[in-house]
Amino acid sequence: MREMILIIISAVLINNIVLSQFLGVCPFLGVSKKLSSAIGMGAAVIFVLTLSSLITWVVQIFVLDKLGIGYLQTIAFILVIAALVQFVEMVMKKNTPDLYKALGVYLPLITTNCAVLGVAIINIQKSYTFMQTLANSIGNGIGFTLALIIFAGIRERLEEADVPMSLNGLPIALITAALMSISFLGFTGLL
Amino acid sequence: MMIYAVISLAVLGAVFGIILGVAEKKFAVEVDPRVEAITEVLPGANCGGCGFPGCNGYAEAIVAGTAPIDICAPGKEEVRQKIAAIMGVDAGDTKQRKVVQLFCNGGKDRAALNYVYEGLQDCHVAATMFKGPKTCSFGCIGFGSCVQTCPFNAIEMGPDQLPVIDYDLCTGCGACVNNCPQHVLKLVEATKLVHVRCSNKEKGKTAKEACTVACIKCKICEKNCPEKAISVVADANGSIAVIDYEKCTNCGICVAKCPTKVIEKILPLNATCAQNKDITMGQNPTGCQQCGLCH
Repeated sequence: MREMILIIISAVLINNIVLSQFLGVCPFLGVSKKLSSAIGMGAAVIFVLTLSSLITWVVQIFVLDKLGIGYLQTIAFILVIAALVQFVEMVMKKNTPDLYKALGVYLPLITTNCAVLGVAIINIQKSYTFMQTLANSIGNGIGFTLALIIFAGIRERLEEADVPMSLNGLPIALITAALMSISFLGFTGLL
Repeated sequence: MMIYAVISLAVLGAVFGIILGVAEKKFAVEVDPRVEAITEVLPGANCGGCGFPGCNGYAEAIVAGTAPIDICAPGKEEVRQKIAAIMGVDAGDTKQRKVVQLFCNGGKDRAALNYVYEGLQDCHVAATMFKGPKTCSFGCIGFGSCVQTCPFNAIEMGPDQLPVIDYDLCTGCGACVNNCPQHVLKLVEATKLVHVRCSNKEKGKTAKEACTVACIKCKICEKNCPEKAISVVADANGSIAVIDYEKCTNCGICVAKCPTKVIEKILPLNATCAQNKDITMGQNPTGCQQCGLCH
């Protein structure tokens, strides 16, 4: 239990998926203009990331490793993630239409989110057990959401701020992201 | 070794394919075809006049049974009949068509100015500064926020800097009515031709100083109306002549009697008009009311 909590804290703050490992930067910049959409995207990522990590772990251990074809990891995982997102979308549309409407366009967007694939591969590289994989995936999902929400909050204020013309828009957003990344470096000594 | 790779990936792909295929069938969401049919029939302007988020939202509400079929103002009678046919219900009585009316005639050179306004040409912005540059704080500000709001391009600014409404295009959706910061636009049944074209509720003398065509609360209209349809009504802000459209017969006596010519009969632009047979095209600047009486 203690170990799982440590994994979650490590994934959220110390090895934050966006700010320390630089995965999933595309949605981080793309969906952070409004706080409400950032929260929607974050929720969708937590959900898909956890599910896909568990399934890819099963595929890796019981299919790829058993047959000795570990080199197919990337392509097999992409296959799993793409199929899973489609499947989840269908199930949600049928059973929880409210959640489906709330997540909206962000759900299919996750198919191309490298954070999802990244976490799935990291789980294997660190040879986590099933429960450790679960903790790491949830932690990384929360970490992504946390970074996204903080960033969206800052960007909403940046809209009002007096930014030099040459830096207006994406340049100042990238500088902000870099500063956030540096500030997250402060968590390194936490554990 | 290579055969394993090919087979395992093929199997993995096939398994996911089958799962998705089955899921597609099993989790298929049945969309009521009536929603689509009604959305197709609706005007598609997404004006929001019905109070639902767009035409699709209204169509869903109709099928869910939470909305009446007759609140689409732009769609008029035709759309109502079609929706009734799709839903299989009786269309009921013809609903009276409403159009928007401007309750102010204080255009350029008529209304006095308090100050020269050089800010953003927007009614809402101007309204934050003493209710606009005109001395009359009740009247039309005249920067045309209604023109931009109208989803049907039915309003444009006239030469006297007051909005002119095209009654052929106006659908009575009420988008401009809700957007007007001065509340001088109101929806009135299209068959009603006589209107008090003033919203100033101040005392007669003050109102007259602010605008040459202001209601001075003399009550001459009230005394002369044979139907008792017009009366000077007082409220917290003051008083003004108000027409009870339920009773008004478009007789026009008050129009003739009004000393400041505040009350106007806005006549249809039709040459063979049943209301006033001698009217010719272009005689009335405000345009045809589309009352339908001439047909």
